[in-house]
Amino acid sequence: MEKIFTRPKSLKNAVFHYCPGCGHSIIHRLICEVIDELNIQDKTIGVPPPGCSVFAYYYFDVDMIECPHGRGGAVATGIKRANPESVVFTYQGDGDLAAIGTAETLHAANRGENLTAIFINNAVYGMTGGQMAPTTMLGMKTTTSPYGRDAKFDGHPIKMSEIIGQVEGACYVERVAVNSPANIRKARKAIKKAFQNQLDGKGYSLVEILSPCPTNWKMSAIDSWNWVDEVMSKKFPLGLIKDTTGKTHAD
Amino acid sequence: MTGNAAIAEAAIRAGCQCYFGYPITPQTELTEYMAANLSRRPGCTFIQAESEIAAINMVLGASVTGARAMTSSSSPGMSLKQEGISYMAASQLPAVIVNMSRGGPGLGSIAAAQSDYFQSTRGGGHGDYRTIVLAPSSVQELADATHRAFELTEKYSIPVILLGDGMLGQMMEPVEFKHEAPAVPPVRPNGLRGAKGRPSRFIRSFTSNPAELEELNWSLYRRYQQVQENETTCENFMTDDAQLIVTAFGIAARIAKGAITNARAQGMKVGMFRPVTLWPFPKQQLKDLSQKTKYFLDFEMNMGQMIDDVKLSLEGSGDVTFYGRPGGVVPTSSEVQRVITRLYYQKGLNG
Repeated sequence: MEKIFTRPKSLKNAVFHYCPGCGHSIIHRLICEVIDELNIQDKTIGVPPPGCSVFAYYYFDVDMIECPHGRGGAVATGIKRANPESVVFTYQGDGDLAAIGTAETLHAANRGENLTAIFINNAVYGMTGGQMAPTTMLGMKTTTSPYGRDAKFDGHPIKMSEIIGQVEGACYVERVAVNSPANIRKARKAIKKAFQNQLDGKGYSLVEILSPCPTNWKMSAIDSWNWVDEVMSKKFPLGLIKDTTGKTHAD
Repeated sequence: MTGNAAIAEAAIRAGCQCYFGYPITPQTELTEYMAANLSRRPGCTFIQAESEIAAINMVLGASVTGARAMTSSSSPGMSLKQEGISYMAASQLPAVIVNMSRGGPGLGSIAAAQSDYFQSTRGGGHGDYRTIVLAPSSVQELADATHRAFELTEKYSIPVILLGDGMLGQMMEPVEFKHEAPAVPPVRPNGLRGAKGRPSRFIRSFTSNPAELEELNWSLYRRYQQVQENETTCENFMTDDAQLIVTAFGIAARIAKGAITNARAQGMKVGMFRPVTLWPFPKQQLKDLSQKTKYFLDFEMNMGQMIDDVKLSLEGSGDVTFYGRPGGVVPTSSEVQRVITRLYYQKGLNG
């Protein structure tokens, strides 16, 4: 019998610690599928952040360096500049990429660093227990916005992908989601393109992934998947934001 | 050559492949020298980062690959770099970090000061760690210490701080470079460059298991002990018959030397003890001097920071007086000589 679906080679045989319904495990798998498909496992360096995905190195079977909160863009720059033959990706949450690491992200993009950034937007700080993130929706209750996010005091949810799209060094920016089989397939295509761009030397690619966090959203897994469609993607519309590579999706 | 340029040239000759910096007075010439010279070398990288935080994290990234990496700054910028230094200490990543210090706290002044002694020698960032701290006192020593810094940081996988000041950075002196730049920058064999022909590896500083972190802390501690045993260096200047010993480091030691030479000409038996490694501090070497005399004058360009280590080293066996000029004020050697003379007579050392 032919085996047509299996664990990707670059995904370690380990049990995920993520909560049921969380998007991280799906995204990990998609990245590993792409690494296998592009045959780059032996030259990939992953840069995971603090947060729920701090243990990413227990799952990705590639070299990894855990870096300070928000500094993925800078650490990845150092790796890639020192060893341009490697394929370097950052894995960053919304607090990481859109708050504490805004400067490092924006300037890595602006220098056109030949990197791949995977940006997981779940609208909360997950590991610390569901605090307000820069991408928290207006009115959304978190432990640090207990009466709901109020634009007057907390500002609006920040659209980092649109901001990065303004920067000339960024060659490809797309927003996807992992809340349905169809969206997961689109996310995989976007991730693959973001890695392919690096192999082609195109510059900075960013894939923002709307990712459910049922635990901190205090919803069932199914409700959280629906919430991405009904609420989150209204503020953060899915689709291509920028593409100067002149290439369509690789598959 | 200026001290800042001498460090940069020495770093290139030591095989520094990656330099990441951010402009701040009084070290900017170092960044400029790297922009002009390192960036054109094959395989080498210069980036003017968006901040000192970004620069130190680029150093972290480059060091991960096994490349020799360096950054430089001055006092306010060093505060920003502490995050990355702490992570590199935890992850046991080599790096050379230059601090051409200036007056503080806050934005302070742009003039030479030694007020970063505490920050440099106590780790500087969060957590239980040390960095090796070298304190040269001339342009030639800056160049030599740069080479030594790259050797030490790779030997022990501990970040090394080269602590100078605005005066050392900007003064011009003749300098002789003892090494030629390697044609190809060297790469540490344990760098992460992809899992080719070996299992994948990761570098981290976080663990959810306190016992694991305790083991890391112990292993770092044991390595720090090795550094203390093997790498502690100091300079003794006219201490053999000295009745009064001045303790000073860096540029202050240079000033004190002039004062001591003049005091000697007037018949006063004065000498100087100068730690060259501020961490590890040459405790035993200083303690040994208390066999000869109990009178010490600690002179620093701050409000008294190294004096803590001087007193700890002497373990109560010395009579330590402090003289300091903070804020970026640089005293002349005749001013220090007056202090020496007054103390010499106050303590009845003139017989």
